[in-house]
Amino acid sequence: MDTVTRRKFLITSGVVGGAALAAGSAWTLRDVFDTATWDDRPGDAKTLVLVTLYGGNDGLANVIPFAEKGYREARNELAYSAEEVIKLNDTVGLNPGLAGFKRMFDQKKLAVIRGVGYPKPDHSHFRSMDIWQTAQPDRPGNTGWLGRWLDTFGGDPRHAVSFEPVLPPLLAGATSAGAAVPVTGLALPNGVQTATLEKFGATSAGEPALQARAARAFADLVSVDTLIHSVDSDTDDEPEQAGGTGTGGRSDLKAQLDLVARCVEANVATRVFSVSLGGFDLHAEERDSQESLLKRLDEALTGFAERMAKTEAGRKVVVAVYSEFGRRVAANGSDGTDHGTASNMFLLGSPVKGGLYGEQPSLSDLDNGDLKFTTDFRSVYATLLKDVLDADPQQVLGYDRAFPGLL
Amino acid sequence: MADRKALAHLLRRATFGPTAEEVDAAERAGADATLDALLDPAAEDAGAARTPVPKLPVMLNDKTDRAAQIRTVGYWWLDRMVQAEHQLHEKLTFFWHGHWATSADKVKSGALMLGQQQTLARTGLGDFGTMVRAMLRDPALIIWLDGQRNTVKAPNENLARELMELFTLGVGHYTEQDVREGARALTGWVIDTTTGTASLNAKRHDDKPKTILGRTGTFDADSFAALLLAQPASPEFIARRLWLRYCGDNPIPEPALAEAKRQPTTAAMLRVLLLADGHAELVKQPVEWLAGALRQLGLRPGDMPENQRKQLQSGLNQLGQVPLRPPSVGGWPAGAAWLTTSATQARLKMAQLLAGKAPQPVLDRLGAAPQAQRVDALARLLVVDAFTDRTRAALTPAAGDPRKLLALGLASPEYAIQ
Repeated sequence: MDTVTRRKFLITSGVVGGAALAAGSAWTLRDVFDTATWDDRPGDAKTLVLVTLYGGNDGLANVIPFAEKGYREARNELAYSAEEVIKLNDTVGLNPGLAGFKRMFDQKKLAVIRGVGYPKPDHSHFRSMDIWQTAQPDRPGNTGWLGRWLDTFGGDPRHAVSFEPVLPPLLAGATSAGAAVPVTGLALPNGVQTATLEKFGATSAGEPALQARAARAFADLVSVDTLIHSVDSDTDDEPEQAGGTGTGGRSDLKAQLDLVARCVEANVATRVFSVSLGGFDLHAEERDSQESLLKRLDEALTGFAERMAKTEAGRKVVVAVYSEFGRRVAANGSDGTDHGTASNMFLLGSPVKGGLYGEQPSLSDLDNGDLKFTTDFRSVYATLLKDVLDADPQQVLGYDRAFPGLL
Repeated sequence: MADRKALAHLLRRATFGPTAEEVDAAERAGADATLDALLDPAAEDAGAARTPVPKLPVMLNDKTDRAAQIRTVGYWWLDRMVQAEHQLHEKLTFFWHGHWATSADKVKSGALMLGQQQTLARTGLGDFGTMVRAMLRDPALIIWLDGQRNTVKAPNENLARELMELFTLGVGHYTEQDVREGARALTGWVIDTTTGTASLNAKRHDDKPKTILGRTGTFDADSFAALLLAQPASPEFIARRLWLRYCGDNPIPEPALAEAKRQPTTAAMLRVLLLADGHAELVKQPVEWLAGALRQLGLRPGDMPENQRKQLQSGLNQLGQVPLRPPSVGGWPAGAAWLTTSATQARLKMAQLLAGKAPQPVLDRLGAAPQAQRVDALARLLVVDAFTDRTRAALTPAAGDPRKLLALGLASPEYAIQ
């Protein structure tokens, strides 16, 4: 394997968990990169790319039950007609923005799991996202589900990478944490000597924990001897955003997935990549904004999936897409929707057995205006753990009812 | 004589970053007088006078003009943060910006963002209720959370939910039903896009009784706000938010919380918290880091050419905190979230940029010290209590080159912490 290429993409940030900080003080990235020639990846090992859609993705506007009784009445101006949707069958169709998804669906490489949620849904973006990221619906703790997987997988941050400036909680384990790699890449400013940074990176006895953390970030920086250079993404200070209230997430999904693609093609050891797209909190004038956002999602994901299908390593990649909740069934009259509950999850990739899964929640039997979930999100996580990461769902989730048939 | 270290700590937290002279003056005046002067300055703010609020047209149709206007506000605000003499007030205004976390990305108007900034500045020190009532009429906030689309026929919950969850009470102090009923109380507000003002349109307002937090009445925006502010959870929530930004991410000690909750104004609450025991270390937010560095180096963004001001904004973008563009309605992260490798790299770059612009007198002050004492001179300049041996080892080889020394000091782990 091309060591340089592999090194190029793995640059970690400081870890987030306090335990991780205490446990990992003697460990630097250089040690990690020195193991780049390890063959620590079994030949059949798959890779998970988890896509978080921030803001609450309206499931009823992705996979549209256009023929169902009550749909048009509930959605009024937001409703799509049978002619407008991209039909999957006689009763459901995809949003017109999801043309690539249809292609994947026809190739049986896209699985749609409908009605995914959890009991006693919370309508706060932040709380609900905590629930999805910790996979602890009763009481979200301070470890993410993939962070806990990483704990069981030896805790090496290389194995769970996020292309976001700040590590998402889902990659924070109890004793380890994934690596946050900025899309823009890292490069030392001119005139800064590695030796100086090495000195900054040392710990000083008795210094406060956060200061020690600041120092450790230098140690991580030093360990990068081959630096990422920008990957066709310039961070403009005028980011485009559709009409949603900001609730987190990146806008540069395609740039993030390009990095993932290059990492996968370089055969890195990473088993989990986390990427995100924000802007789904569309309380008003939803239809057009959503269509363009879905189009962006569609193009980024299907472009990625089609690129992945071309290489052996890529054909072992499974993409999973989720959001913290769907939207209220009835439109709110600002041509938007308020925070709701159950929504769709999507799985894409060569290993996926495409099709429609799960039961579409009823539009007439509602819980205070909201859909009743039909699939516990942890069952999809359990499948991903078991069939993509070869891990024990019970150990990571305390839940082992995997959703059958997806992979 | 007051403890210099304690005073430096106080000033680092109450302001965007004190200069050595400000710490000297505080040392002469003592802690109480210093805090009094911060909270209620005797003199007019000459720095604010030097940086007048820009006058901006409300109506702008062209996308490029709108982006330029937002940029103008961003440039102006950073300059104001650096130059203002009423530093506690200025920093508190920025705190409130993170609290109400409204982004120009959706509001798309520099004039309205500036209007909100002015509302936050005007009400920031006073009674929180006045601020809440003003913010419920703030066009930028209303647009940010779709308030103008919230009508009797078609309630929109966005503003009501965030008002309770993020602005006044916190999660767990209201129910889903309260959100729905609260949204009804906030119906009917519309924005006049030619004047940039908000007003209540009675026809769009739901004047029927609502039941919110167990009380039934014909709530409107003000009576809904009054109901929220009367909840014991409200002052506690604000005290905790202030504690997180000014004192540490450790739990607020019970006696400080109890005393803070009783205070009639935000200024009084902040005073209690700044004087309280139990402060933990804080990581400087990028804006604090940059504004503080500019102050200590005597650099005024307003005096810089456009391309350099742009470099500062782009530096803030790389550090992850651009005023007027919070990443989410939850505001910016705190603590270790700012200490990633990418932020460290961006700080190094910014530190070089700033040191490169440092005026000669600042460099001379460093250079005037004998080489062996230059690291101490640097600590004084940057109001760092002490550099660790680790950092001294990194700084000492650069002692012969004041500009380089300065760049390294700004990038150092010690300078990342408040």
